[in-house]
Amino acid sequence: MKNRRALFAVPYVGWLALFVVAPIVMVVLYAFSSAAGGFTLENFSRMGAYAVVFARSFKLALAATLICLLIGYPVAYMISRESQRFQRVAMMLIMLPMWMNFLLRTYSWMSILENTGLLNRLFSAIGLFRLINALTGANLEYFPMINTQGAVVLGMVYNYLPFMILPIYSVIEKMDASLLEAARDLGAGSARVFRKVILPLSLPGVLSGVTMVFVPSVSTFAISKLLGGSNELLLGDLIETQFVGTAYNPHLGSAIALVMMVVVVVCMAVMNRFGEGEEQAVML
Amino acid sequence: MKKTVAMLLALMMSAALCLAGCGGGGGERVVNVCGWGENIDPDLIEQFEEETGITVNYQTAESNETMYALIKQGGADYDVIVPSDYMIGQMIEEGMLAELDYDNIPNFSLIDDQYKNLSYDPENKYTVPYTWGTLGIIYNSSLVEEEIDSWGVLFSGKYGGQIGMIGNPRDAIGAALLYLGYSVNTTDEAEIREACQLLSSAKSQNMYQGFFMDQLYDKMEAGETTICTYYAGDFLTMYSNNPDLRYVVPKEGSNWFVDAMCVLKDAEHKEEAEAWINFICKTESCLANMDYIWYASPNREALERYPSYYEEQNGEPMDPALYEVMAAPPEVLARCEAYENLPPETLALYTDLWIELGIE
Amino acid sequence: MSAKPSRLNRVLMALVFLFLYAPIFVLIVFSFNDSQSRTVWQGFTLRWYVELLQDRAIMSALWTTLLVSLLATAIATVAGTMAAVGFFNMKKRWRGPILTVNNIPMTNADIVTGVSLCLLFVAFFAGWGDFTRWFNSLQGLVHLPTRLHMGFGTLLIAHLTFDIPYVILNVMPKLRQMDKNLIDAAQDLGCTWMQAFWKVVLPEIKPGIVSGALIAFTMSVDDFVISYFTAGSATSTLAMVVYGMTKRRISPKINAISSLLFVTVLTLLIVVNVREARQEKALEERKL
Repeated sequence: MKNRRALFAVPYVGWLALFVVAPIVMVVLYAFSSAAGGFTLENFSRMGAYAVVFARSFKLALAATLICLLIGYPVAYMISRESQRFQRVAMMLIMLPMWMNFLLRTYSWMSILENTGLLNRLFSAIGLFRLINALTGANLEYFPMINTQGAVVLGMVYNYLPFMILPIYSVIEKMDASLLEAARDLGAGSARVFRKVILPLSLPGVLSGVTMVFVPSVSTFAISKLLGGSNELLLGDLIETQFVGTAYNPHLGSAIALVMMVVVVVCMAVMNRFGEGEEQAVML
Repeated sequence: MKKTVAMLLALMMSAALCLAGCGGGGGERVVNVCGWGENIDPDLIEQFEEETGITVNYQTAESNETMYALIKQGGADYDVIVPSDYMIGQMIEEGMLAELDYDNIPNFSLIDDQYKNLSYDPENKYTVPYTWGTLGIIYNSSLVEEEIDSWGVLFSGKYGGQIGMIGNPRDAIGAALLYLGYSVNTTDEAEIREACQLLSSAKSQNMYQGFFMDQLYDKMEAGETTICTYYAGDFLTMYSNNPDLRYVVPKEGSNWFVDAMCVLKDAEHKEEAEAWINFICKTESCLANMDYIWYASPNREALERYPSYYEEQNGEPMDPALYEVMAAPPEVLARCEAYENLPPETLALYTDLWIELGIE
Repeated sequence: MSAKPSRLNRVLMALVFLFLYAPIFVLIVFSFNDSQSRTVWQGFTLRWYVELLQDRAIMSALWTTLLVSLLATAIATVAGTMAAVGFFNMKKRWRGPILTVNNIPMTNADIVTGVSLCLLFVAFFAGWGDFTRWFNSLQGLVHLPTRLHMGFGTLLIAHLTFDIPYVILNVMPKLRQMDKNLIDAAQDLGCTWMQAFWKVVLPEIKPGIVSGALIAFTMSVDDFVISYFTAGSATSTLAMVVYGMTKRRISPKINAISSLLFVTVLTLLIVVNVREARQEKALEERKL
């Protein structure tokens, strides 16, 4: 009886095979073949030249993820301590920006950060540059903010922060209040309760938040184009260039995508293994 | 191997696709056109649709290279494309373009002979010229005190951090080649490498804000970028929003280009495509278009009549200096060189060096 | 959790919200700016809103975005719920690996999903061309089109591919939480399994279905990267139009349409929240 109900999943399993597994098989096929057809490892041997790009992308994505965690965790925690009504409104406000296209929001940062942008205008209107110049004798007319790595990281943090807050909040919010009470009754101070109970229990939320921020950050191409001035290629830019850009070569592009995918999967697996270990330790 | 996989996939996916409905089809007459951003008067599209009943899907590409990639990849279903000369040469060589039936394009006779049978299409079987112009340096005279006349400003000197370098390999490397006194069509690897070295050392000295294409409109008009390399027609668009801007074709020479309309080999709407090309070649269309996009037309009558057309439209005579920017006079053209299609090894070198430049 | 908000907490939170909303505020303000400039205010105007309605490219992109998001959400909700029910009844041995595959579209980088689907479609179209040419040459009765290209169909498939997993992810826990005896009880009372599903199971898992559908819709509307690689050249979503514009200059018309969308969503959310709050209040009063 039970197995017959399982038949409901059959069409979707077919769909998964066609549109999830088969495309990845295509990427693998392309990565291991050349434009002329036939097996080759050349696409991977050329990868050495792109090591810098890999390193840079992972560095920026890591920075963005860390900052998101440092901002997102306290915010999620603070929201969960507010009243029900406040919580609902706050969550709504965090989700809402996602409805406005992320490209537009990023573009808006461009207007804010440019040398003649809103922020620099504001600074010069309040006389900040005059003050600095008078103090240091420098000849500063603006803070260079756009077209830097910092701007790219800011774009990532801005776009993906909700993805960090949401999972952490939903884990903390579901936490059993009696557990905390028990800890307090047993004489733990609030710092200790946080460290020994809340933090370990919220780890799954942190892990999924980290994944949800890191993966899109490491593979972005639009943010680096808009806020980074195409000065420094990131992995996403590199892949995009190989498919629809100036260096048309889908075979090389597939190889880069494949390597990126594998590295990300390995990172995530290691992190999750580590996370699981923690969880078990807490249980014990 | 790939083919068997593809065949298998084809059978498996057809069911799914039938459900989703693949679009296309229908009795409506359509033409898919791909051009550059801000490179056509939208009124012309409406006029054409009214006159012929053919619906125009106008799409834009960022650069010759991205257009080429989109077509190669199979993601594009353009009929008419408007690439530049060197890219046309490459596309013809790779058999991507269809031979045109010039009987369907009677207005081709209005095109000045000067723009026919050019090196990219020596027998003129595939193309109808759309616009022509020069590449040059645009600078903001309120922020630059001297008169700029050399590519040198892009590679060293006092404008560090204020320059927007052009974001496509052919033009950027071309500017460096010209500064070094080489031909833009050189196939000498050492010369090309030297040019790239020049770019990368300028980049490492933080000369550039970035490598931009059409973003430059905004950045130049707002004074965000002081100096950039871009095209004459686009300068005039920027100038109409910021009269402090100046355009110069550097003394070392520059690139003279023709963008031409072509039809893709597997275009589904060839007849409609030719009707479109014919419509665009009309003198009235060319005049309206010139007034909108500020690129010079290869239609001789239109080009000659343009200053008086401008006066009619705007109620004031056209500044002759601006007309000279749009339609560069012979003495300027004499120091300009057209891009030729480069051999595949050189193209590959360009691509590799360009990516390397982005990696550093 | 206990409510113990401090003033410092509130200030920090306000700063984060300022960070999240500052660019949106800038966008909305400049949709009323009487010039193309993104940074200099030159007077109030509504002309971008008027011009917006006349802009064919933007309006058709809006239509495509809404259509593909709504269709994908509707199909994904039904298909995802069905699949979740199937997975739930599946032997563990099978369920584990299949759920892992199901997670791929959610955890994989968008660009990899987009690029891989694009490769698949291109290969399929090539294969389809070969197949139909052979098929058409065999007989003269049915003529199949030999040339297919990416368009709305492929876009919809791509959206379904990343939407369905989100629905499953939201429905599965609700199925697990459900008391299994409920179905048995219903069937003992003479319901067929189908009836039991409609009358008992569906109401139980409804919150999961609704939140799954909501997330799927949000993902579809917000997606750019996957659409960019799978929509072909003739079909554009709003995000693709915006991306095209960021390469030259963004027309304030785009600011106008995003402001409109933003205000619409904001109003919807406020209405829903106020209603929920009222219902809760009414419930509490009744209890008293």
